[in-house]
Amino acid sequence: MCTMRAQIEGSQAVAEAVVLCRPEVIAAYPISPQTHIVERLSRMVKQGDAGRCQYLNVESEFGALSVLIGASAAGARTYTATTSQGLLFMAEAVYNAAGLGLPIVMTIANRAVGAPINIWNDHSDSMALRDAGWIQLYAETGQEAADLHIQAFRLAEELSCPVMVCMDGYILTHAYEPIDLPDQASVDAFLPPFSPVQVLDPNDPISIGAMVGPEAFTEVKYLAHQQHLRALTLVPDIADSFEQQFHRGSGGLYRAYRMADADTVVIALGSVIGTIKDAVDELRDEGIAAGCVKIGCYRPFPTMQLRTALKGVSRVIVVEKDLAVGIGGIVSADVRMALNGLPIPVHTIIAGLGGRSIPAESLKQMVRDARAERLSEPYFLDLNMRAVDEELARRHEQRRAGPLAEQLIRTMNAIGSKVS
Amino acid sequence: MVTAAELLSTAAFADGKHALAFPSFGSERMGAPVMAFCRIDTGAIRTREAVTHPDVLIVQDPTLLHQVELFAGLAPEGYVLINSTFSVDDLNIGEVLKSLPSDHVCVVPASDIGMKHMRRPIANTPLLGAFAAMTGVIELASVQSAMRQKFPGALGEANAAAAQDGYDHVIASLAPEGSGVHHARAN
Repeated sequence: MCTMRAQIEGSQAVAEAVVLCRPEVIAAYPISPQTHIVERLSRMVKQGDAGRCQYLNVESEFGALSVLIGASAAGARTYTATTSQGLLFMAEAVYNAAGLGLPIVMTIANRAVGAPINIWNDHSDSMALRDAGWIQLYAETGQEAADLHIQAFRLAEELSCPVMVCMDGYILTHAYEPIDLPDQASVDAFLPPFSPVQVLDPNDPISIGAMVGPEAFTEVKYLAHQQHLRALTLVPDIADSFEQQFHRGSGGLYRAYRMADADTVVIALGSVIGTIKDAVDELRDEGIAAGCVKIGCYRPFPTMQLRTALKGVSRVIVVEKDLAVGIGGIVSADVRMALNGLPIPVHTIIAGLGGRSIPAESLKQMVRDARAERLSEPYFLDLNMRAVDEELARRHEQRRAGPLAEQLIRTMNAIGSKVS
Repeated sequence: MVTAAELLSTAAFADGKHALAFPSFGSERMGAPVMAFCRIDTGAIRTREAVTHPDVLIVQDPTLLHQVELFAGLAPEGYVLINSTFSVDDLNIGEVLKSLPSDHVCVVPASDIGMKHMRRPIANTPLLGAFAAMTGVIELASVQSAMRQKFPGALGEANAAAAQDGYDHVIASLAPEGSGVHHARAN
């Protein structure tokens, strides 16, 4: 097998990987930070570098996925990419693609959801649609993002279920890093041509998307759930077969790091895992038995697998780039369910919202604080409590205190381009 | 700026090092402050946190010098490279940079060099040549080959020549007066 290692932007690597999968219809609407992926794809299609693939410029994200629903039902291998408000705008079609069992692959270039409007990275967008019936995979590096797309088409088509490949906006989409891209022959060997289980054919007309009443809706949903759970076997199988063929580990349900004798385990999704691994190494040097578990497949949720992996640890800290307003964590709620009945406390850490950097120093202090039982629940990493208190005091004094976002920007003296 | 970080990472990659370059996009308007970062290491780079303590700071737009806290977090033995036709003292930053070793601070008329070679005030490629001369972290030839790869043809050659000028400017400004001896890091 021949590969080409190059210093390349994550978005370019994903676009190349998608084309290696021989898609037949791509429809997308540009939105930061997904833009570089679809720009590259449209150029490759236009230049004839993407076989017989068609690229459709559409009027919206809703249009993009609606086009793909039709194209996929007609038997085409289909792809799109979006993020943030774009994903929410296509939400109705997102549920329909899953309900119809169409194996569409979609990249989510993870970005915060407004208001306040924010173009930077967190997981609010894909988390909002976690229960729409799509499989959700999360990439740690640009390399894994590229690899996951190759795995995603095989997974989607074997299960007749759409797959979201989630990669952190900017942090992965816009980073230049060394990435291996496989050659066409080895991708062809890994990913057979799409053989759909249902095809719309004018010569043999059928209708799909029937209205289902109360007499059968529960059964349809039950079967969809069972089908989804099959991914818990398929995801690791496909990751194993990918590793055999391409000689590197990518994907899988979860990955453990320094877990053998770990007592305090940090769990997360996506690119922050790299920073967490560095923090774990430094904590180990301090004599703290820290470990890390990366959740690679978030839907379906690897409940039993995590329960087995975490059995015997003293505490679990879930670092999540999202916030369920009014309750706290999203991922941590699932982890708590996985550990139900085991005497393992689970801490919720809300971090990296709207692009705030997650420094290893803060993660290390978080682990020390968790071990000393000093963490509030949920705990907001690097929260500027002074700014919060000032604003609360101001609002206490005047009822018409003005818009919150504008006021906090003034308070923090932040400029739009600041990273932290 | 974003392209500079990309080219720097490509050059480091060509030198057999690991590199991770990433931008920080701000407001989507012309003239907004833009930052881009590049980590270079001999081993794999896992961290994705923001760079808050740079070893080297390259300032492409000197009008930012007194607007943003540019030098916060700079390593004590760090390097500073500024695009300007003025001297460090004329720029009024001598006081801030006095703790740095004297050969770790360089001012290069990079926009002028860009005008000369590209007929546009492109400062980033001359600055990358200057970076190679000042720090020795990457080879000038690797930077130039990254530019030729990114911009095939005459444009790549013009950028490579601009990088050479940036490199030469630093060598000349760091050489002891009248000695003609090249800076040790320039080999």
